[in-house]
Amino acid sequence: MAKVKFDILESTCVPLPFENVDTDQIIPARFLSATSREGFGDNLFRDWRYKKSGEKNNEFILNNPSYGGKVLVAGKNFGSGSSREHAVWAIFDYGFRAVISSFFADIFMNNALNNGLLPIVVTDEFLKKLLETVQKDPSAKVRIDLDKQTLTLIPTDDSVSFGINSYKKECLLKGLDDIDFLLSMKSMITGYETNKSKVR
Amino acid sequence: MVRSIEDGPDVLYIDRHYIHEVTSPQAFNGLKERGINVFRPEKTIATADHNIPTKDQHLQIRDELSRNQVERLSENCKKYGIELFGLNHEKNGIVHVIGPELGYTLPGMTIVCGDSHTSTHGAFGTIAFGIGTSEVEMVLATQCILQPKPKKMRITLNGNLQKGVTSKDIIMYIISEISASGATGYFVEYCGSAIRSLSMEARMTICNMSIEMGARGGLIAPDEITFDYLRKLSSIPGVVNLSQAIEDWEELKSDNDAVFDRELEFKAEAIKPMITYGTNPGMGMAIDDSIPMSDDKYKNASASFIKSLDYMGFKPGMKLLGHPIDYVFIGSCTNGRIEDFRAFAQIIRGRKKAENVTALIVPGSKKVENQMAAEGLLKVYKDAGFEVRQPGCSSCLAMNEDKIPAGKYAVSTSNRNFEGRQGPGARTLLASPFTAAAAAITGRITDPREFIKEEKSY
Repeated sequence: MAKVKFDILESTCVPLPFENVDTDQIIPARFLSATSREGFGDNLFRDWRYKKSGEKNNEFILNNPSYGGKVLVAGKNFGSGSSREHAVWAIFDYGFRAVISSFFADIFMNNALNNGLLPIVVTDEFLKKLLETVQKDPSAKVRIDLDKQTLTLIPTDDSVSFGINSYKKECLLKGLDDIDFLLSMKSMITGYETNKSKVR
Repeated sequence: MVRSIEDGPDVLYIDRHYIHEVTSPQAFNGLKERGINVFRPEKTIATADHNIPTKDQHLQIRDELSRNQVERLSENCKKYGIELFGLNHEKNGIVHVIGPELGYTLPGMTIVCGDSHTSTHGAFGTIAFGIGTSEVEMVLATQCILQPKPKKMRITLNGNLQKGVTSKDIIMYIISEISASGATGYFVEYCGSAIRSLSMEARMTICNMSIEMGARGGLIAPDEITFDYLRKLSSIPGVVNLSQAIEDWEELKSDNDAVFDRELEFKAEAIKPMITYGTNPGMGMAIDDSIPMSDDKYKNASASFIKSLDYMGFKPGMKLLGHPIDYVFIGSCTNGRIEDFRAFAQIIRGRKKAENVTALIVPGSKKVENQMAAEGLLKVYKDAGFEVRQPGCSSCLAMNEDKIPAGKYAVSTSNRNFEGRQGPGARTLLASPFTAAAAAITGRITDPREFIKEEKSY
């Protein structure tokens, strides 16, 4: 089924300068009991966003009205831990369309790509600069051009290129889905099964 | 592999697919929306484990959302003809415990599940890894997923383990050495004499926690210990001639001249009982050590390191031995197998649980629970003041009622010490079943070697 297409995104950023942000922080397990993909954004970073009393934690970046946008900038090893795709659904549902870090956990990266959320890997140095810039100036924007695979920090005009495998890039640009692709290969899959049973 | 896509992921055929109630409902919804069927229902095995209660399982699940998820799993399995070992089934248990013990995990298979600890099955020489729900849908629809080829890492552990050191300590030691992201992008093969000497249960604990250093999966080549484990199973679904199958599986090992992208070597003698002090599994140390002053010996402590210790209520440089604890949890797909409960029993036998400790004793499956009864372990636990609960994931991720209260310290044999993992505000100290048992008896963080006389490791 078609997903939302991704082409060029120009947006302000939300900086989250912590390392090893695991998927339990992104969406705690007690909110995984739903059976649909919608609505997880309300509980994104739940235990950082709200105090034990249920009040908003005003020190947390998502509750700071100065910051907003469709791009989340996070410390290295983002999305580690549990494979829960709910973490990506929560980030997407909240309104983010890209996450920038110097390092992503493997399963999170796959889950993001399967849901139209673009994970962008940058160097530690660029991440540091980006975090410092957007922390200082919440109105600083980045421009992400998926087709050209470039990320530009607009106020400083620093531009870097990022990697993505060409198949996944095509899927994101066209809003295509892996399942449609795999379904189109059914006869090849059946052929593989027949061959394998002959070898055994 | 069905097909290789140039500069893209490969199409990988999946021999065994495990599912559970939490990460499958949206995948089944997807099939319905597309109007398609499950392609190979006989290759998928289902269980209810993540959100189920561990008490009064015969009664209706109280939490409405959890009950709904478990019911949806039953409906979906019935509709599509998938074998389900659901709640109250005599073979129910944690997905990564029942797969191997029921003979569904076999050497050479490709195995996936919507759960990151699927790496557990690598102990049998399988390619096993966790996937997201979109990928669960792909497997249900086509028995395949698209996977980029991972890099290969070999970790060699030679030598003899010290007294009181378990396979949990081995993997916690490796993770503490290379960090919680040290193996991201890699598939890890564990080799060496210290690995070869381990039982299947112990090997599963090691492969299980491969994901905690970021690895896609971890595996150990099958050998006589693997084949003996399989020979002792009452039945192996789909295998008619086991000795013929074993002959095939004997071929499953890396070539002597295999090239790895990264090689690491550790000495078994260097490993002591381990404990974590922070909020990711890489923040571990020998139990008699002090918390480091910084996460980078050349720099001041990072904001993440300070935040982590604040959450735990610890200070840099602090020793943990003697620190009071409130809870002990033994169970999970990491340490919820029969050997783990034997190890715990070895220390609590003839002793009493400390009064300040609440213990959650949760077998990994009905089979483990029954075996505990058959070996007289239930009585050992009862006599020492411990209540044994019913199987499930329980306090490892606290989706059910088994939550550790905010601010309380729990010595847990599970796999993750993330903030809030065992309940909002809970403080988790990961350790082996020996260390958990020692803490349960003294009410404090205690070196388990004080309780262990004989030279026996698990």
